[in-house]
Amino acid sequence: MELAGGISQKFKGFVTEVGQMSIMLGRSIRLVFAKPSRTVEIFKHMEFIGNQSVGIISLTSLFTGLALSFQVYLGFKIVNATNLVGPTVALGIFRELGPVLTGLIVAARAGGAMAARLGTMKVNEQIDALDVMGVNTVQYLISPRIVAAFICMPMLTAIFDFVAMVGSWFLCVVLVDLDQAVFLDRINQTVELKHILEGLFKSAVFGIIFALICSYKGYNTTGGAKGVGEATNRGVVISMVMIIVLDYFLTNMIRAYYVFSGDVM
Amino acid sequence: MEVQASTTIESAVKMIDVKKTFDGKEYVLKGLNLDIKKGSITAIIGFSGTGKSVCLKHILGLYKPTSGKIEVLGRDLESMSKDELTKFRQEFGVLFQSAALFDDMTVLENVCFPLFEHRRDLNFEEVEKIAKEKLHNVDLDPKHFGKLPSQISGGMQKRTGLARALALDPEILIYDEPTTGLDPILTEMVDDLIVSTHKRRPGTTSIMVSHDLYAAFRIADTVAMLDAGKVLLVGTPEDFYKSEIELVKRFVSKGIKH
Repeated sequence: MELAGGISQKFKGFVTEVGQMSIMLGRSIRLVFAKPSRTVEIFKHMEFIGNQSVGIISLTSLFTGLALSFQVYLGFKIVNATNLVGPTVALGIFRELGPVLTGLIVAARAGGAMAARLGTMKVNEQIDALDVMGVNTVQYLISPRIVAAFICMPMLTAIFDFVAMVGSWFLCVVLVDLDQAVFLDRINQTVELKHILEGLFKSAVFGIIFALICSYKGYNTTGGAKGVGEATNRGVVISMVMIIVLDYFLTNMIRAYYVFSGDVM
Repeated sequence: MEVQASTTIESAVKMIDVKKTFDGKEYVLKGLNLDIKKGSITAIIGFSGTGKSVCLKHILGLYKPTSGKIEVLGRDLESMSKDELTKFRQEFGVLFQSAALFDDMTVLENVCFPLFEHRRDLNFEEVEKIAKEKLHNVDLDPKHFGKLPSQISGGMQKRTGLARALALDPEILIYDEPTTGLDPILTEMVDDLIVSTHKRRPGTTSIMVSHDLYAAFRIADTVAMLDAGKVLLVGTPEDFYKSEIELVKRFVSKGIKH
């Protein structure tokens, strides 16, 4: 009985939180177009989320491309299909690994920093100070972060895709000596623009999700330094789980779109 | 002994029978009546958990009362839209307990911030000139203007916080526990700063929320003591010394130890 009560309480809390986040997202989107313009803030956050993530994204994507290509090569070698390594890796990177890994890395790096920053502002009364100064805190603090993540994530995913494919080329052509012409030709035959756009669309959604969750957690921090730590931890963990869960549903949605539009995948 | 709000025309803040509950069961404010005169320094005092901060947040329009009426500078807060309320808050300057300076901005940028937000008719040089003037008014040495809040002392942070609160020339200045956690010398410095700021700006209403009775009696011309979500006594410091209310006597005897 006590267990049921606990579960019901947690479910109620979850539903409430999802509802509050949805309201915050709605307000943030509406306030993007309200005056005063927060363009400077958006660029400031784009610099942090986007520009400062390029290094870590490039490094992880390079090794992802290398490792994935090696595993696919080893598997395909058994069935004598090594000429399919390029397109297999490319489709995997463009449609799944690119957006998901970029989402996870940026959520951990920038999302964590967002939650910690807003949490610290909250416990130090800086958000209250903005409120009483007549500054709309959702417009000033949340909207620019969501917009910046929405814009930067597809760009970072594009960088991830490109560098991962460079890694894949290096492994296939230079290290395991596959034919370069076959490698490139097979990719050209298989991969279409829509496969790349599919990944970029997913990453834009992931950007909104992690920026919203981490901002919400930070903005609603209570309980001093401990609260900031908890908000950051919960913000990052929930964002990461949501990215992986959402990826499955987005993949199905896109698949359904292709089916309904009569497009062959 | 409940003190009813009188119908003074020159009221800066008037709270009439204000009740507030967050969970629908327990009331934090239980019919609070308070009349704060324009141009006065009023201290709101009381033990912890008596509703001082909640009262303050109602005055600032951050909380809506469950019932009752709040008028600030003759305007009913309840009737204002969210946007009107946001604009109306420019009439307030607030010095927070922690000063609440933006830690990624310099001292000067902190004071410039409200001006950039609300005085878009001013250019950069004009904003900076006003901000420097405000910092000068709180006796902050110009050599600290370019420093981050973490690089200056607690006293300087309070001065900067006050300069920022004064930036838009507000009608009402609010001090939220301005001396809590400060040493006696800094406490006296902040107290003097509040008095000198008030003298420099006649007509401005100052409201101080504190549990520091010594500071409240030293600074304020009117003191309101809250207990259990109601006003227990409003009067001058002398009225408090003479009061026969048991709780007031206890608070006065325990509070004046300095």
